[in-house]
Amino acid sequence: MEIILAIIIGVLYAAGIYMILRRSLVKLIIGIILLGNGANLLIFLLGRITEGAPPIIPENSKVFLEAYADPLPQALILTAIVISFGLQSFAIILVKRAHKVVKTDDLDEMNATDEDS
Amino acid sequence: MTQQLILYPLLLQLFLAILLMFFWRKISAQRIISMIGSLIHLAVSIGVFAYIWNHGTQTVQAGDWEAPFGITFIADTFAATMVLLTSIAGLAVSIFSSGSVISDRLRFGYFPIFHFLLLGLTGAFLTGDIFNLYVWFEIIIISSFVLITIGGEKAQLEGAVKYFTLNFLASMIFLTAIAVLYGLTGSLNMADLAGKVAAVENRALVEIDAILFLIAFGIKSALFPLYFWLPASYHTPPSAVSAIFGGLLTKVGVYALIRVFTLIFVGDVLLDQILLVLAIFTLFSGALGALVQNNIRKVFSYLIICHIGYMIIGLGMFTEVAIAGAIFYLIHDILVKTNLFMMSGLIYRITGSNSMRALGGFYANYPKLSLLLFIPLFSLVGIPPLSGFWPKISLITAAFESESYWSLAAIIFASFITLVVISKLWAEVFWKDVQEIPARPKFRYFHKIRNIKRIQIVVPIVFLSLVSLYVGFGAEHIQILSARISSELMDSQQYIDAVLNSQKTQ
Amino acid sequence: MRTLILKTASNYLLPVLLVFSIFILLRGHYLPGGGFVGGLIAAIAFVLHAFANGLDNTKGLLRFHPGFLMPVGLGLAFFSGLTPVLFFDDPFMTGLWFPEPFPVIGSVGSALFFDIGVYLVVIGVTLTIIFTISESA
Repeated sequence: MEIILAIIIGVLYAAGIYMILRRSLVKLIIGIILLGNGANLLIFLLGRITEGAPPIIPENSKVFLEAYADPLPQALILTAIVISFGLQSFAIILVKRAHKVVKTDDLDEMNATDEDS
Repeated sequence: MTQQLILYPLLLQLFLAILLMFFWRKISAQRIISMIGSLIHLAVSIGVFAYIWNHGTQTVQAGDWEAPFGITFIADTFAATMVLLTSIAGLAVSIFSSGSVISDRLRFGYFPIFHFLLLGLTGAFLTGDIFNLYVWFEIIIISSFVLITIGGEKAQLEGAVKYFTLNFLASMIFLTAIAVLYGLTGSLNMADLAGKVAAVENRALVEIDAILFLIAFGIKSALFPLYFWLPASYHTPPSAVSAIFGGLLTKVGVYALIRVFTLIFVGDVLLDQILLVLAIFTLFSGALGALVQNNIRKVFSYLIICHIGYMIIGLGMFTEVAIAGAIFYLIHDILVKTNLFMMSGLIYRITGSNSMRALGGFYANYPKLSLLLFIPLFSLVGIPPLSGFWPKISLITAAFESESYWSLAAIIFASFITLVVISKLWAEVFWKDVQEIPARPKFRYFHKIRNIKRIQIVVPIVFLSLVSLYVGFGAEHIQILSARISSELMDSQQYIDAVLNSQKTQ
Repeated sequence: MRTLILKTASNYLLPVLLVFSIFILLRGHYLPGGGFVGGLIAAIAFVLHAFANGLDNTKGLLRFHPGFLMPVGLGLAFFSGLTPVLFFDDPFMTGLWFPEPFPVIGSVGSALFFDIGVYLVVIGVTLTIIFTISESA
């Protein structure tokens, strides 16, 4: 299980960074999404995987009775998901606005900021 | 109530942001709330600072969860100083933005988001939990994304795309680094991590993780090979936004670097060497970049990069004197850089241009304003006894002591180039003959706007100039302060005890 | 995409999904669920309605701009966190609970109000984003 996840994480990171390095703005968004998912999976993996034991207390109990998964990585991932949700939606709006104003999605043509003014 | 004193700046800022959101469409109400709120915030921050100064490091465990498990908020002298500086810069920029930012832009929620940005900054300084630091960083960058795009001009959007991409990448690397750190130690509390990281056997992985943190914070603080987003974006938004970005955003990165590399990853010689080399290159490349630019705000953007190098060089030398110098420089830099960008906004309001070629005759036409602008410009250079001089002395002394002559050369070279750049700027903008700038019919020139707006533009510049004059002439006090911060940072046991043993002492 | 089936179904699905979202919100104490997920489900209910009936109809149904939910939710969450500081001198966000559980809902504490705040913020943010994107298209 760990080895599969590790490979998936590697692929997600590689694909994400590759996509961010492309010139197209749409691919930038895809890269952002892939990279975010890769990071979340990494937290999940590094929190150690415990099979079949969620960090949730049974309804009629006050404390954990058996071995349970570490709840912290899941809280971290949830936070990270919320944050990347916000970032991704911002990115989509930004790219749309940029495309509308600049009329290109090619990063190489976005050089108004380097002009001498 | 005093137990939770350190949370008050944070809570007040959050309250302000929420309150301002209720007045989404009422801009004049927002202006007043923001200004009064920032004033109260300054008072609270001074209170917190005084309390920390007298009573030492304070902690609050959010939700009453015990230290290594819950989220800790901690204010040592360093954090309290940074919060105080944030509220000083925040007050100045709050007044400045109600004078200088046009209401078309204010309508898109400028003030609420501005206060969310300050909330993020305050939180990042006060937190004692590394994942919580990540969350505050995200609050900072999301607010800064909105602020940088408000208005939606072409250059702004292009700058924002670049700013967004690199800052997002930095966040992801930061998150990755936290994940690895959690995997290695099973803790997120910075004080707890300090002990646990030292005990990890897999040193190679610790080293890699430290490098990941270095890259993440390096992008945020615009270190040498990672700074390209900064000059591409900082000159595009309104100058009030640039002021708060230039003054505080990169400094959060520096704060995080100093915090992480004095507390968690300590005593790593290789890492200190890397930091030194990066800092030297940052000094050189920032200085040379500033030399060739023609837009005033681009010049200042490159000078931000250049002067980040001073703080990192102090961290890289890792002696008590060097870190004290770096802290002093940090204090000086926040005040001066905020002021400089506001000054560029003032010049822009008066003439309608920020290009050095087009400007001229400022001294002949506005002698009093020129005298005022002299203070931040030459504080930056470090003409004694203005504020930039003293930290450089500390840094140079430290470089001599640790026999790091390359750093010494870089410090002196960068100071020299800064002097050249600022003299050139002074000659071009203030002393050169008056230039004919084509008038812009719709532009709200300084002489056309109402008196109250003019006051709102000039007063914050005066305010920050006075504070930086105090830093220069009262350098003794700041020296004592930075020495105390530095000794606290070098002796991290005190910080660790404050977090982990706070339950027992109460 | 104005199909009759989706349009008819969405009118019934909207209240069902809203009730379901509140169920998920209240469930979040001991079981999977909570403010964020609940808020997303409620937002999806409105998005589905907008798909079937057009954006303007959904806006008419809402009567106020969803962005208004953001400060309300934030304020609620903020004060639920602040209550222990103001009245009990406990650290920020300490959980306070009514001693006796309420019927149907279960134990009620400051965490519930925090979650309701999150729920409102999530609805507000999601709907604002989606409305903005679909308006500028």
